[in-house]
Amino acid sequence: MEQAELERLAAQVRRDVIRMVYQAQSGHPGGALGATDLLVALYFAHMRHVPQPFSETGVGEDVFILSNGHICAAWYAVLARSGYFPLSELATFRRIDSRLQGHPATKEKLPGVRVATGSLGQGLSVGIGIALGKRLLGDPHRVYVMLGDGELNEGQIWEAALFAAHHKVDNLIAIVDRNYKQIDGDTRAVMNTDPLEAKWAAFGWAVLSLREAHNLPAILKALEEAVAQSGQGRPVVLIAYTTMGKGVDFMENDYRWHGKPPNAQEYARALAQLPEVLGDF
Amino acid sequence: MRPRYVDTGARDTRSGFGAGLVEAAQKDGRIVALAADLMSSVKMDEFARLFPERFFQAGVAEANMIGVAAGLATVGWIPFVGTFANFAAGRAYDQLRQSVCYSGKNVKIAASHAGLTLGEDGATHQMLEDIGLMRGLPGMTVICPCDYNQTRLATLAAAQWEGPVYLRFGRPPVPNFTPPEDPTFEIGKAQVLLTGRDAVIFATGHMVWQALQAAYALEEEGLEVAVINLHTLKPVDTETVVEWLSRTPVAITAEEHQVHNGLGDIISGIACRYCPRWVYRVAVQDTFGESGKPSELLAKYGLTAAHIAQAVRQALARVG
Repeated sequence: MEQAELERLAAQVRRDVIRMVYQAQSGHPGGALGATDLLVALYFAHMRHVPQPFSETGVGEDVFILSNGHICAAWYAVLARSGYFPLSELATFRRIDSRLQGHPATKEKLPGVRVATGSLGQGLSVGIGIALGKRLLGDPHRVYVMLGDGELNEGQIWEAALFAAHHKVDNLIAIVDRNYKQIDGDTRAVMNTDPLEAKWAAFGWAVLSLREAHNLPAILKALEEAVAQSGQGRPVVLIAYTTMGKGVDFMENDYRWHGKPPNAQEYARALAQLPEVLGDF
Repeated sequence: MRPRYVDTGARDTRSGFGAGLVEAAQKDGRIVALAADLMSSVKMDEFARLFPERFFQAGVAEANMIGVAAGLATVGWIPFVGTFANFAAGRAYDQLRQSVCYSGKNVKIAASHAGLTLGEDGATHQMLEDIGLMRGLPGMTVICPCDYNQTRLATLAAAQWEGPVYLRFGRPPVPNFTPPEDPTFEIGKAQVLLTGRDAVIFATGHMVWQALQAAYALEEEGLEVAVINLHTLKPVDTETVVEWLSRTPVAITAEEHQVHNGLGDIISGIACRYCPRWVYRVAVQDTFGESGKPSELLAKYGLTAAHIAQAVRQALARVG
C-alpha cells in the first residue's frame, strides 16, 4: 500500500478512536492515538494475515497480540478497516451486548482477537506460546506482541523475556509502545524503566530502536529490520518512541488522557484536527 | 455384604499423574508439557525424557508458564503445566483467570503437593484454598482424584476433555485402592463407593480412603454409612449428591482443604437448594498448617478416619 494511503488510514483511525471513546463516554484515547501508526503499518503494509475467514489458531499467518489491551479502540478500528468485522460494529464499542469489549476478549468471538488482554503483563507470554506452537508445527510465520511501556513494570514481562531468550524464540517480535506515560504520570517518575534498550539486551534479545514512530516509512523500515534480525536464535524487540495522544494537540504527551473520554467541547476540538478522510463508521 | 476396598500398596498420586501424562502423550501427539523447575517433583521427568521436543522448562516463573501454555493452546496444542498447587492456583491466579479461562484456552493444570500432606515444607507450600479459587473461575473443571490409579485415569480423561482443567493431587504415598482400569470413572460423575441409610460422607482426594475407614469403623457400631467419592468438584454431580442427601438424614464432607469455599460449601449449597440436611464439615478450620509428617498433620488438624467417624456420630446425635 502506498504511503499516502497509509497516512489516510492512520488519520481516519485516529478519528475513529476519538468518535468511539466519545460515543461510549469511556475508554483510553491517549495510548490508542499514540499506537495508531504502528498498528496501521503492521496491518496494512507489514504482516501477512488473513481477515476472512478468521482463524483463531492463526496457523499459516502472522499473529498479533495487543498485550496493552486498554488501547484497543485503535486496534478495533484497524481490524474493522482491515476487513475482520463490519465497520459499523465500531459504534458498539464498550456497550452492552457488544463484541467490542472494553478490553480485548475472545468470549464474544470478535474476529482478530485470539486471547483476552487487559490485566497487564500477560500478552508476551501468550505470544511466546504461539511462537513456540508455530515452531513445533513448522509454520514459518511470526508473532508480533505490542507492549505498553508502563506495562513493563509487571514482573511477568521479565519472566517472559528470560524464557524467550532461553528457548531461542526467534519468530517473535515484541514492540514496546514507548511513550513514557503511565496512569499516574511519567514513567520516569512513577517507575523508571530506563535504560530500556540495555535491559532487553541484557536479557538476550536483539534490540532495535525506532525514534520516528509516527513516520510510516520509518516504521515499515524498522519492522523490516526487525524481521531481518529474527530467525537468528534470539527474540527481537523494537522500542518505538511514540507520543501519547498523537494527532490531537491537547492530548499529546499528557498522561491524564490515559483513560478518560473527551467532553463535548474537547470532542469538537479533537475532530477539528481529525477530518473525515475515508468515511466514518 | 458391603464391598471392602483394599489397599494394593501405597503409591503417590503425583506418580499416577506422571504415568497418565506419558500414556496420554503416546496416544495424542498434540500433548505438550511445561514445568516450573519442579519437573521431578511433579513427575514429569519421564515425559521430558521421552518427548524432549514437546517439553518446555519454564524455570521458577509460573505466571509466564501459564501464559506460554495459553499460547500453545491457541495454536492447537494441548499443554499440561506442572507445578505445586500453591504456585498454580495461588501465584498464577490472574493468569489462569484471564489468559486461560476467560480466553477459553484448553490448558491442563497439574497441581501437585496440594494440602497438608505436603508435609515438612510447611504452610508456605501447603495449598488449602485452591478448590475455592479454581471452582470460582467460569469454564474451569476441577478434579481431585483419590489415589494413584484414579489420578492416572483422571490425567487421561483431562487430556481428552475440551477446556481448562485443574487437576489436584498430592505428594506422599497413600493407599491405592481403586482399580487400574475403572469404567465408573468419568469426569463430572460421582462414585458411590459404599451405600448406606444412616449417613452419607462426601469425600474428595486423599480423604476418600479416610472416609472409607470411618464407614468401616462405624459398621461395628451398627451404622451403615454411605461414602461418595466426589473426584470432580466442578462440574459437580448434583444429581448423585441430591440422591444421597435424600436417602440419609445427615451429610458429612471430608476434604484436605480449608473449611471455606471447598467441598463443604459445595455440598451445603446443594443441600440448601434441593434437600435441606445438616452438613458437618471435616476440613482445615480456617487456619494455616505447619511442618510435620503427613500423618501427624492429618491427626493434628482433624483430617483422619477417626475425625470423620466422630463427625458422623455428632451429626446423628444432632438429628436424634
